[in-house]
Amino acid sequence: MSIGLEHYLVLSSILFCIGMYGALTKRNAVVILMCIEIMLNAVNIALVAFSRYLAPEVIVLTGQVFVIFVMVVAAAEAAVGLAIIMALYRSRRTVDASEIDLMKW
Amino acid sequence: MAAEVAFWILAVVSVGAALAVVLIRDIFRAALFLVLCFFTVAGIYVTLQADFLAAVQVLVYIGAVAVLLIFAVMLTREAQHGSPSNRLRIPVLLFALVLLGIMIYTMVGNDWTVPIGALSNTSLETLGESGSGLAASLAEMLFSEDGFVLPLEIAGIMLLAAVIGAIVIMREK
Repeated sequence: MSIGLEHYLVLSSILFCIGMYGALTKRNAVVILMCIEIMLNAVNIALVAFSRYLAPEVIVLTGQVFVIFVMVVAAAEAAVGLAIIMALYRSRRTVDASEIDLMKW
Repeated sequence: MAAEVAFWILAVVSVGAALAVVLIRDIFRAALFLVLCFFTVAGIYVTLQADFLAAVQVLVYIGAVAVLLIFAVMLTREAQHGSPSNRLRIPVLLFALVLLGIMIYTMVGNDWTVPIGALSNTSLETLGESGSGLAASLAEMLFSEDGFVLPLEIAGIMLLAAVIGAIVIMREK
């Protein structure tokens, strides 16, 4: 059985669900950011797979352009997210997401 | 045949590395498994003939994001606490499995191929023997007037804003 679009989409779904499980259950904020990066990578795999397989014999480059924009957003998100985590750690000496509940009611 | 073997190896290793990131308690080792996961995703881009994106994946994710995450792990000194789960573990596991089932059912059940006529208003790039010229046509699409030059400029401004914002947030009062 040759590799087709479905294989890449299923791989992307599995990685997305693993990342979502981690992002929702982990307590350490740095690990939550890592899991969000896994989710973004899963979406990128789906985009590149669509750009390769959507029309046979041809590559639709729009998917790859979108992957570049997703990477830009992921880099910005990692920088700002880690800055927020470091600022929180400086003021509260913890990165436990279940203890940082000031804006929860 | 070689492409199939490469795909299966990369898929199994990437899923295993992602599971290790979620399940391992040692945060530093989780970050190293995240690097492995990024590498295998770059390999999957190569099997999809997106060579430029594979290079960008290695440079941006492993060169910048992973190093940033490891810096954060080192600086917060929470590594001895591990990464425990909160009390939502079982419901989230059930939800993730149900979502995975729905996604796989939807993605396998559909025929995604589109006739070329439906894409006549987008620029197509015929696939060469070695995929040569793909980066050039990608650049042409990104920077041309009728392409994505305005979103590209906006992305640049957003990166600048993110860098300035990170510096402002991190600065000592």
